[in-house]
Amino acid sequence: MQLAVNIAVLAAIYALIACGYVLIYRTSRVLSLAHGELMMLGAYGLAATASLFAGHPLVAIGTSALLALTVGVLVYVLLMRRMTGESVLAAVLTTIALGILLRGAMILAFGTQTQYPLQQLGWTNASLPVGAGARISAAGLVLVLGTAAVYAGLFAFLRFTRWGIRTRAAGQNPLLAAQRGIRLHGVYALAWGLATFTGGIAGMLIACDAGIEATLVTIGLKAFPAALVGGLDSLLGALLGSIIIASAEVLLINYVDPLLSDVVPFFVLLAMLVVRPWGLFGTREELDRV
Amino acid sequence: MSAPRSSGYFRTSYARDSALVDTRTQRIWLAAFAAALLILPFLAGQFLLDLANQVLLFSVGAVALMLLTGYAGQISLGHAGLLAAGAFTAGVLFKEFSAPIWVTLPASAAVGAAIGFIFGLPSLRLRGLYLAVSTLALHFMVIHAGQEYETRRGFSTGVVIDAPISDPRAWYFVLLAAAVATILLSLNLLRGRTGRAWRAIHGREAVAAALGINVHWAKLSAFVVSCTLTSIAGCLFAYYRGFVSADAFSLFLTIQYVAAIIIGGIGSILGAVLGTVFVVLFPYGIEALMAMLGLADRLASVVFAVNYAAFGLVMILFLMFEPQGLVGIWRRVQAWLLLWPFKQKPVGR
Repeated sequence: MQLAVNIAVLAAIYALIACGYVLIYRTSRVLSLAHGELMMLGAYGLAATASLFAGHPLVAIGTSALLALTVGVLVYVLLMRRMTGESVLAAVLTTIALGILLRGAMILAFGTQTQYPLQQLGWTNASLPVGAGARISAAGLVLVLGTAAVYAGLFAFLRFTRWGIRTRAAGQNPLLAAQRGIRLHGVYALAWGLATFTGGIAGMLIACDAGIEATLVTIGLKAFPAALVGGLDSLLGALLGSIIIASAEVLLINYVDPLLSDVVPFFVLLAMLVVRPWGLFGTREELDRV
Repeated sequence: MSAPRSSGYFRTSYARDSALVDTRTQRIWLAAFAAALLILPFLAGQFLLDLANQVLLFSVGAVALMLLTGYAGQISLGHAGLLAAGAFTAGVLFKEFSAPIWVTLPASAAVGAAIGFIFGLPSLRLRGLYLAVSTLALHFMVIHAGQEYETRRGFSTGVVIDAPISDPRAWYFVLLAAAVATILLSLNLLRGRTGRAWRAIHGREAVAAALGINVHWAKLSAFVVSCTLTSIAGCLFAYYRGFVSADAFSLFLTIQYVAAIIIGGIGSILGAVLGTVFVVLFPYGIEALMAMLGLADRLASVVFAVNYAAFGLVMILFLMFEPQGLVGIWRRVQAWLLLWPFKQKPVGR
């Protein structure tokens, strides 16, 4: 039972991060390798606002979520916008460069010590009983519920709202979408904003559960196999991929060797790449026209 | 291989066009450069010699990455993992069987080739970024295997290797030979059928396939060649440092190599070498700058973070404003000198 709870929490973490990869890839065909760092930035944002608005935890959370959204849009407007139309290689390399820049800047700005934003918010991480003898931390519970809410929101947004439909159109065929009067730059900026927003929320919640430390970036990278196993352009796939990766990781750690934690997602990834490289729900790439 | 001169010099045969060294001026410059390289270790001090050795060692890996990313257009995020694979092959063989270097070096190369083949296999199924993704998996697996070996055998801090040569001057010539051999091999591959196939798949895979190029084979061969060279570089790295540890091969090392080829200029062997010089000297430059600004004491504990941030910033600046890298700047200077006093080529040249 405790294993099932662990799997659910880990799957929620991966799913919340993976949807950022999916949103950006699906809309602009760019693989963002700075996602782990952007996520960590969201976590540090919470730590900063928590000490700024001491005593008003809700204000602090709202502000930091808004900050994450703004940062995502800014990353697109200031950096990635110049890379639209360049080769995919250049765009991916730019995200790598952004990642390392952010990592260095965050260490310089916030230091290397582990921070606990939950304590700064004035809350404690209670351990709640669920079912037969299993326990879940309050932050873990919020993580699972938050992930469900984010995914429901994203599905509704992409399916029913005007901007959601525009986003899907831009992802399907940017040229046609632009000719129908959709502002591609606006849509791309929105996708980056949303991706950083969800990533930032993931970072904040993980930080509440376990504190902010350098391994947060590794968690961001480990969520990437989840996105790919499900299919890089499918949100549903990201959800399912996260569950698969999380189950494999938790079960192998429990029954085989705890040292395997860092490699399990990548083993699954490699197996998937050999068997069905476009993922469970991903669309196979179309024919390439000359 | 170089751009035609604007001085009424024409190439009249294909052999001439593909020659590595073409004109007499080039030959003279090359001879002068080679002489300078050979004299250098006898003039340089200990510190400078170590720097030169680092540059030579780094350049082998950078040229290998340039073949894969700069020419064949495949991103690799597992470069540190490959170096680790070569280094650990040498370390394990040395520790377990006390094998000499002439066994470990070919063994590292073989391991690199095998890894390149296995991890290149996903690219046979799909186009795009999938090779990059599988290399990321490669990185984590190799590092994990290395850590497992270290903990299982009780070398928790790392494996110590005795190098057959210890004199830095002797090392200089060994590494110089390795770097020159790598560069010559690369240049020759690039001017032949293989290199043209790599450049074609970089340009556009569908067109390359339509021209009769076996895209899968070209990708896989680029990957295998690059991995083999990188693994050899890893083996040399292990002997040069005399020490192998999984912690030395972090993702930041990969990023340093990627930075070297971006800053040097994608799609040029000269670029890989220039980028290497830049990347190796960069941390020392940052240190000097911090000392000059009087920040050295305040930032002493976070020097690595300053390096990270500065690396990222320089990479972004180059990607945005000078995508051709240092080579682009060099070519512009060349063109400016050639055309002077004109600003552009006269009409109907």
